[in-house]
Amino acid sequence: MARQPDGPPPPPTVQKLRIRYAKRGRLRFASHRDLARALERALRRARVPMAFSAGFSPHPKISYLGAAPTGSASEAEYVEIGLAERCDPEAVRAALDAALPEDIAVLECVEAVQGTGSLADRIDTSVWRVELPGVRLEELAPAVEKFLAADVVTVAKRTKNGLKDVDARPAVASASAAEEAGCAILHMVVRQVTPAVRPDDVLAALAAVADLRPPLPPRAVREAQGRLDDTGTVADPLGPDRAARTRCQGEHATV
Amino acid sequence: MTGETLYPRLEPLLAQIQKPIQYVGGELNAQTKPWESAAVHWALMYPDAYEVGLPNQGLMILYEVLNERPDALAERTYAVWPDLAALMREHGVPQFTVDGHRSVRDFDLLGVSFATELGYTNLLEALDLAGVPLHAVDRDETHPVVVAGGHAAFNPEPVADFVDCAVLGDGEQAVGDITDVVKAWKAQGRPGGREELLARLSRVDGVYVPRFYAFSYGPDGTIAAVTRTRDDVPAKVGKRTVMDLDEWPYPKQPLVPLAESVHERMSVEIFRGCTRGCRFCQAGMITRPVRERTITGIGSMVEQGLKATGYEEVGLLSLSSADHSEIGQVAKQLADRYEGTNTSLSLPSTRVDAFNVTLANELSRNGRRSGLTFAPEGGSERIRRVINKTVSKEDLVRTVTTAYANGWTQVKLYFMCGLPTETDEDVLEIAELAVEVIRAGREASGRKDIRCTVSIGGFVPKPHTPFQWAAQASADTIDSRLRLLRQAINSDRRIGRSIGLRYHDGKPGVIEGLLSRGDRRVGRVIERVWREGGKFDGWSEHFSFERWTQAAAEELPAFGVDLDWFTTRERTEQEILPWDHLDSGLDKEWLWEDWQEALSEEEVADCRWTPCYDCGVCPTMGTDIQIGPTGRSLLPLTVV
Repeated sequence: MARQPDGPPPPPTVQKLRIRYAKRGRLRFASHRDLARALERALRRARVPMAFSAGFSPHPKISYLGAAPTGSASEAEYVEIGLAERCDPEAVRAALDAALPEDIAVLECVEAVQGTGSLADRIDTSVWRVELPGVRLEELAPAVEKFLAADVVTVAKRTKNGLKDVDARPAVASASAAEEAGCAILHMVVRQVTPAVRPDDVLAALAAVADLRPPLPPRAVREAQGRLDDTGTVADPLGPDRAARTRCQGEHATV
Repeated sequence: MTGETLYPRLEPLLAQIQKPIQYVGGELNAQTKPWESAAVHWALMYPDAYEVGLPNQGLMILYEVLNERPDALAERTYAVWPDLAALMREHGVPQFTVDGHRSVRDFDLLGVSFATELGYTNLLEALDLAGVPLHAVDRDETHPVVVAGGHAAFNPEPVADFVDCAVLGDGEQAVGDITDVVKAWKAQGRPGGREELLARLSRVDGVYVPRFYAFSYGPDGTIAAVTRTRDDVPAKVGKRTVMDLDEWPYPKQPLVPLAESVHERMSVEIFRGCTRGCRFCQAGMITRPVRERTITGIGSMVEQGLKATGYEEVGLLSLSSADHSEIGQVAKQLADRYEGTNTSLSLPSTRVDAFNVTLANELSRNGRRSGLTFAPEGGSERIRRVINKTVSKEDLVRTVTTAYANGWTQVKLYFMCGLPTETDEDVLEIAELAVEVIRAGREASGRKDIRCTVSIGGFVPKPHTPFQWAAQASADTIDSRLRLLRQAINSDRRIGRSIGLRYHDGKPGVIEGLLSRGDRRVGRVIERVWREGGKFDGWSEHFSFERWTQAAAEELPAFGVDLDWFTTRERTEQEILPWDHLDSGLDKEWLWEDWQEALSEEEVADCRWTPCYDCGVCPTMGTDIQIGPTGRSLLPLTVV
C-alpha cells in the first residue's frame, strides 16, 4: 500500500483573485517559468494564505494565462490565485507587489465573481507595441501597408519540432505605424491563435513582404489583452468581475 | 569612467541568446552599491554557468560578508555561455558582473571559487573576455588581482601562471584581511606597484602568492625544490579556519534567482569539517576540525532564510549531516516547527546507517517519500576498509531494506570505481549488492515497484589526502569495469529492471586527475586547451578528451613528463609533491601512515568519539573540535 498523507485534506479555496501584472525593464528577459517561480516565492514571502492541492506534493492554486514571450515586456499579464482565507484584494496586491522584484509590478487585483465566466474565456487577443530602433516611419509604414494588403504571408517559425511554415497574416486584426523620437513604432492587435503568432513572426513577415530588416533588436511590449469585439476594441478582461462587484455592493447599499 | 554600467550595450545582445535571464541580475537579495561608496571593489566569480554558480554557498557567503563592510563592494560574475561570448567579442562587450553590469577589468580584485578543477579553462575565458592579461606577470597595478579560492586552491600550481594569489581554507575572515591590505595600499598611492601589493598580500595568513616561489625539477621529472624568491614570504602557507560558526550565520539573505538553478532550495550549513576519515575525500581532509553550528543557530538561520527567500525547501548541509551531535533533535524540532506549512526539509546524501532512515522519516513526516540516497562508495567490504568507509554488507542491505519498508520507493547508491587496490571483483560486488537490496526490499515492502539506482563515477586521487600518492586507474580500466558491472546487473532481467545504472566514462576523470595533482608545467596544457576552444569542461557536451590529450602530448614532453606521469603513476614517500609548501594542517607523515594502513586494509576511527590519532591539524592550526550537544531547544515560532 502506498503511503497517504496523514491528517485532514487541505482547506478548500474560499476566494479567487485575478491579478494583472507588468514585466518591465530587465525582467522582460524572464520566461514564463521564471515568472511562475518568482510569483510562487513572492506569495510565500508576502504570506498570502494560498489554497493548496491535496496529496504528497501540495501545489498552491495558481492558474497562469498565456505568458508574453521571453524578451518581450508586458503591461498586461494575468494570473488567477485561489486563497484558503478571504483577503482584501487591494491588500494582496500591495503585499505581492512589495515582495516581487522592482521590474515586476502588480497593477490590479480583483475578486473573481462567480457566474461571470472564466478569465481564459475573456482573453483571445493581444495589443502590441513594438519599438524598432534604427527604423524610420517612412520605412515601416509602407511595409505595414504591404503586409495588410496581402492575403497570405508565410514565415518560418521555430517550434519544438524544427522550423514550421506559418501564415502570419490572418492573426493580425489590425496594424499601424507611428514614430516617437525618431524611432518607428509598430502598433498591432494580434489574435491568440495556434500556432501562436508573435511579434517576432510579424516582423519576419514584414521582412518577407517588404524586406524590412531592423538593424537593432526590436523591443516589444504587450500593452493589453482581452476579447476582441466586432468593432476592433479589446475589452478589459477584469471588467466583468469589477462590474459584478460594484453591482453587488450597490444592491447591498440599497437594502 | 570605471565602474560604469555596460547594460545598455549588453541589452541588445541579450535578445539574441538562450536564457538571457541569467545575465540580468536583480535576484532577490542581490546588492548593487554605488561604485564610489567603496574603497575596495571585488568581483566574485564562480567559473561555471549561472545555474550552477548561483546556488554556491561559498560565493554567497563572501558576497554578503564583503558587502556588509561599508568600505567594500562585491558583485558577482559567472561563466558566459559560448553564444553570448561570441556576441560579446563581436561587439566589444567585456566580461561583466551581473549586479551592476560593470566590467570585471574595473575591479580591484577578481575572486574565483574553484570547487572543481574543471573550471580552469572558464577562468581563462573570463580573463580574456575581461581584457585582463592571461598571465599574472603581464598585469600591472591597474589590473584586478586574481585570487583563487575553494577546495581546488589547495593545489593551485596548475593555474599558478594565471592567478595572482590563492587563499587556503575558509574565506570569511581572509577576504576582510585582503580588503584591508588593498585599501591601505591604494590609500597610500599604490607604492611599489603590483609587486609590492602582492608582497603585502603574501604576508596575510592563508594567502599564497605563487610568483614568489620557484620550482626546479630533477632529471626524472619530479620536483627537485621549491624555493622562495623573496625572503619575506612564508616558507609554508597555512590554511584559514573559521571557529564558532554561530558567529558567522551566512548567508543571512540567500540569493534567490529568477532563472532555474541546480538547487531550487535554501541551504543551511549545519557544520563544517568532517573527521570520518574517508581516505578518498579531500573535503573531509582539508576542512578539519569539525565545527558545529548549534541547534539554536541552525533554527534561526532556517527561520530567517525562509523569511528572506520564500523557498519551500531547506537542505541541512554538511559533509555528513547525520553526524551532527544533535541531529535527531534538529530534525524533530524543525519538523515540528514547520508542520503544516508546506515547507520541506532534506539532508544531502548520507552514510549507510539505519539512523539515517529514521532521520529521513522524521524530515518527511507528512511529505512524499520518494528518493533516499546513500553513499557506500566502495562495492566490497574489503575496498570499504581500504577507503575507511566501513559498513558490512549485511548492514547495508538491512538499512536499504528498512528504507523501502518505511515507504521510500527509490534508493540511490553512490559508488566509486578505480579506487586503490581495486579489482574487477570489488566492482562486481556492487551488482550482487543491488540485486540483494531489491530482493529484500520487495519482500519487506510488499511492493514490486521499488527501484535502486547505482550511480558510479571514476575515482580521482586528490592532494592532501592519504591517496595523494596513489596511481589513478586509467580510463580503460574504469570503462572495462563499468562494462562488466552493467553486464552483471542486466544478467537477471527480473531483478535488473528494478536497478538503474548511472555512470560517467573514465575520460573526464583522467583530466580532472591531471589538473588535481599537476604542477606548474600543467598550466601550459590548460592554456593550450583554452586557446583551442576548450571551456565548460564540466559539461559533457563541451568537454573534449581528445583536445586535452593532444594538448598534453604537445606541451608536456618538453619537460620530460606526460599525462600518465601525472595520473597513473604512483608517487614515492620521498617525492616532493606540488602542494607540500601549502599546509592543510595534516601531517605528511600521518598521511603516509594512513596510506600504508589503507593498503593493509586497516580502519581508523573518528576523533570526535575516540582519542586523537594525531592527524596534525588542531595543534598546527591552533584549532579544536567544536561539537555539542548543547541541550538547547528551538522556541515555537510566533506566527505573524
